[in-house]
Amino acid sequence: MTAAEKPSYRVIGTRPIRPDGVEKVTGKALFGADARPAGLVYGKVLRSPHAHARILSIDTRAAEAFPGVLAVATARDLPAASDEVQALGETAVNLKELSDNVLASDRVLYRGHAVAAVAAASVHVAEEAARRIRVEYEPLPVVLDVREAMLDDAPLLNERLLTRSMGKTISDRPSNVASKVQFVGGDVEKAFAEADAVVERHFTTKMVHQGYIEPQTATVQWNPDGEITVWATTQGAFACRGQLAEVLRRPASTIRVIPMEVGGGFGGKTPVYLEPVAAILSRKSGRPVMLTMSRSEVFEATGPTSGTSIHVKLAASGGRLTAAQLDLAYEAGAYPGSSVSAGAMTMLAPYDVENFKIDGYDVVVNKPKTAAYRAPGSPAAAFALEQAVDELARAIGADPLAFREASSSREGTRMVNGMPFPRIGHEECLRAAMESAHYRSPIEGPNRGRGVASGYWFNAGMQSSVTVAVNTDGTVNLVEGSSDLSGTRASLAMQLAESLGIEYSQVRVTVADTDSVGHNDVSGGSRTTFATGLAVHQAALDIQQQMRTRAAKLWGCAEDEVVYEAGSLRCTTDEAKTLTFAGMAAQSARTGGPINGRASLLARGAGGAFGTHIADVEVDPETGKVQVLRYTAVQDVGTAIHPAYVEGQIQGGAAQGIGWALNEEYYYDDDGRLANASFLDYRMPTALDLPAIDTVIVEVPNPGHPYGVRGAGEVPIVPPLAAIANAIADATGHRFSDLPISPRRIVETLHHLE
Amino acid sequence: MEAFEYVAPRTLADAYSLLGNGRRVAALAGGTDLIVQLREARRSCDLVLDLKRIPELRVVTIAADGSLQVGAAAPLADVYEIPEVRRRWPALVDAASIIGGTAVQGRASLGGNLCNASPAADSPPALMVMGARLRIGSAAGTRELPVGEFFAGPGQNTLLPGELLLEVIVPPMPAHSAAFYHRFIPRNEMDIAVASAGAWLQVGSDGTIEGARIAIGAVAPTPLMVPAAAQALHGRKAGAEAFALAAQEAASAARPITDMRGSAAQRRHLVGVLARRALERAHQRATEGR
Ligand SMILES: Cc1cc2nc3c(=O)[nH]c(=O)nc-3n(C[C@H](O)[C@H](O)[C@H](O)COP(=O)(O)OP(=O)(O)OC[C@H]3O[C@@H](n4cnc5c(N)ncnc54)[C@H](O)[C@@H]3O)c2cc1C
Repeated sequence: MTAAEKPSYRVIGTRPIRPDGVEKVTGKALFGADARPAGLVYGKVLRSPHAHARILSIDTRAAEAFPGVLAVATARDLPAASDEVQALGETAVNLKELSDNVLASDRVLYRGHAVAAVAAASVHVAEEAARRIRVEYEPLPVVLDVREAMLDDAPLLNERLLTRSMGKTISDRPSNVASKVQFVGGDVEKAFAEADAVVERHFTTKMVHQGYIEPQTATVQWNPDGEITVWATTQGAFACRGQLAEVLRRPASTIRVIPMEVGGGFGGKTPVYLEPVAAILSRKSGRPVMLTMSRSEVFEATGPTSGTSIHVKLAASGGRLTAAQLDLAYEAGAYPGSSVSAGAMTMLAPYDVENFKIDGYDVVVNKPKTAAYRAPGSPAAAFALEQAVDELARAIGADPLAFREASSSREGTRMVNGMPFPRIGHEECLRAAMESAHYRSPIEGPNRGRGVASGYWFNAGMQSSVTVAVNTDGTVNLVEGSSDLSGTRASLAMQLAESLGIEYSQVRVTVADTDSVGHNDVSGGSRTTFATGLAVHQAALDIQQQMRTRAAKLWGCAEDEVVYEAGSLRCTTDEAKTLTFAGMAAQSARTGGPINGRASLLARGAGGAFGTHIADVEVDPETGKVQVLRYTAVQDVGTAIHPAYVEGQIQGGAAQGIGWALNEEYYYDDDGRLANASFLDYRMPTALDLPAIDTVIVEVPNPGHPYGVRGAGEVPIVPPLAAIANAIADATGHRFSDLPISPRRIVETLHHLE
Repeated sequence: MEAFEYVAPRTLADAYSLLGNGRRVAALAGGTDLIVQLREARRSCDLVLDLKRIPELRVVTIAADGSLQVGAAAPLADVYEIPEVRRRWPALVDAASIIGGTAVQGRASLGGNLCNASPAADSPPALMVMGARLRIGSAAGTRELPVGEFFAGPGQNTLLPGELLLEVIVPPMPAHSAAFYHRFIPRNEMDIAVASAGAWLQVGSDGTIEGARIAIGAVAPTPLMVPAAAQALHGRKAGAEAFALAAQEAASAARPITDMRGSAAQRRHLVGVLARRALERAHQRATEGR
């Protein structure tokens, strides 16, 4: 968009300091493990050493008798949960399975599965006591790989699991395949037969973890009167409350969840793991109990994203993409519910492909239950598709970006589910990438290469509630309930300031607990700046309306003769009658009492968004080491409310994607033991492993939002896997179709080592 | 973590008296290995014996004979920050300055790195090619041995009950000789060697190799000296051809395993590449300013 077309904003597009900034950089912000209710004690969870086993018996007597132990919990302390699914933003959970995942009842399904827990005055005493719990296991055969788990003779995780598709059961016997999705359009066979070029390739990716710095921690106080207070590190206090209410079978109204600052989530802080266990320990001990995971517990027992196996066949005709046949199998982990349907739906989103057949399988394996991770399902799908697209472009001798542009989706293009896209910005991203200084610069030198890739994410709407109290000094207090993971206090305050025509500094923001604000869905799906932003805007309109009503009364004119504009009220029939926002605020006591705006909504019109990334790499062919020399991320964000935080999101997503491409993986031994459950061996990139990531913000406003917001946080993790892989293919002449493209894989491949 | 006692004696004699007595004693220098192991319950003990208060275990001196003497508990930063050390034993700096990060190097010691006996530890190959010796003490007296004879297996050193490592002695580098150490890690910091190699070369004025030592790490249960590589070099002209031969010997001496940090095949291949590159860099150092 050119500068002339862009609406002029006062606050939106500036870069003020975030409200939570000072507390965070001075170490005063309170995170989950900073909760200190009076009488706090600590607990430790005992976890399964087996990846798959029946629990024959649990003997807790020695732990109970251990000096200093206050309580011991097992699944027997949990009420039987109902077998129903609760929506959790981008993922959904079955509450029976959630309950079993929190404390295993009869069977452990992955190594690290929680089996029991102990509370004591010291975490070390709790740990020593937990080791004294005797669990008798009957080990069962283990299945770790998604394709092996799909075989007819694979060990079964759940003998009652039947494959479902479109609401119907489609298997006649138990299977690890929990569900199948399918999307079909056009005539694939014909299109392949008539194609100028066809590319077919198989891709795999490994489970990877979000890698947030702050481990899971939960502190729960269960009072004798049945009131439960939770200090949580969560992406959604209400989702946390809802899950806890279900697992504990307690009315949600008896549970208050206090959201603490969150040290990273990326989707992983939506399910509950520790809260129900801490609650049971608190009920039994009469003390508030804190449970905190170690890093290895985080890796072994919280939700990473799926390992995948994806088969791709693409055809080009007339210089554009004409057909796609895709088969995706995603590991769900121990219980059904991978992100395969999102993978299947996003995979072709960047392109207008007439003929397609897409099959997706959700498969259980003996690994931790997967959780959302930034654009869940989409990065692995893009890793596969965008490499095949790259190969196809090479096959027909086209520039990879020009080929993508020729094949691009645009407004009206039907997604694979038949829904037409509203206004979207993929073509704009491609053009911005082609015009970027990076893409126009040559890539020279031995062992160097360049790769590009695009990616898509839906972005979400869902429910938000806010209240805005107008203070008599002309400031406002915004009370919202969206966990601030990325600077959303700032992006919401900015929208409120814009909508009210006041200064950003006049807005004070609080992320409230579940007793103090209406329902808010999780901060996930890149929805907060969009959906809670919509609520903030509506609350501002509510205040404007209340002020107009009061001004009309004050001035003795009709309400429709009062306009609210740029932070002031004026009478259209009498120029002398004007009142600033602050002036009206000061008079609230005399004009009808305090002014409070509020809005509660189910946000519609979320804007899907695209990104296109460019990566330059150098590969040391002798050691297999890859250095990322230069990296540019182009992304349509609709409107960048706070450009610095948008850039931060884009850079962060790219960094995570680069780590996923090069080194990160869940590395299992044959028995299902995660051998690299530490930051040392999991190998996320450090600052020294990444170049400065250049960002190009494209703004194609979302028609579904008053300021055009789309959501920015998830798209940037989608393209990097393929962009890096394409660059490595360019540098080495070899196409790597399995992640991670680690030094090991590169030297083994290039030097034909076994 | 199990409960344990903690004592920080001021003298070696007091330290020796606390060893044995049927108790499981763990010496503590920087604690960057030990504390992690205790916390993760990979190891347990009855008594943690802190060596950092014993003055002679913290000193770093250059002796009259020109050798470097490093107290076993001296932090790495105290060693590599000495300008004379940087000038005369750069290969020691190669190793000491990549162990962990700045914070770790402020506590971690050479003694701890050696006693921990990780096959992937960074200081052993460097010390081995420089011909370093270790001074070991007990209530009964002291003994010395070459660093290469100190390792018995993963996590296993050859200290006898009642013994402590006192000092690492690095001899002066002879004229026209230099050493170099490096490792391969997938990232650029905060990683453990997938494979590593140290090389020492002495080169005559006509370019003939008069002395050589190669040591490799992370490719066997202990760090390994590769005498065959040294033999392959001896008497040859320093250069690509000789270095390639030595690299081949290093690769065939390796007995690597496959684990989460790398595969056996990758390690064998890598250690050859690293040995060759280490020789090139040692050669550069030895011939600088000629
Ligand atoms: C974040 C991090 C990164 C690391 N990176 C590296 C790396 O890159 N390369 C590397 O090689 N290592 C690395 N390490 C491991 C560790 O830092 C080194 O091995 C370090 O040199 C150990 O020294 P220390 O003084 O801390 O030993 P300690 O932990 O105090 O002791 C280690 C072992 O030696 C024994 N011990 C210590 N001193 C004596 C003595 N005088 N006599 C007898 N026994 C003794 C102890 O009982 C213990 O078993 C890393 C560790 C961490 C935490």
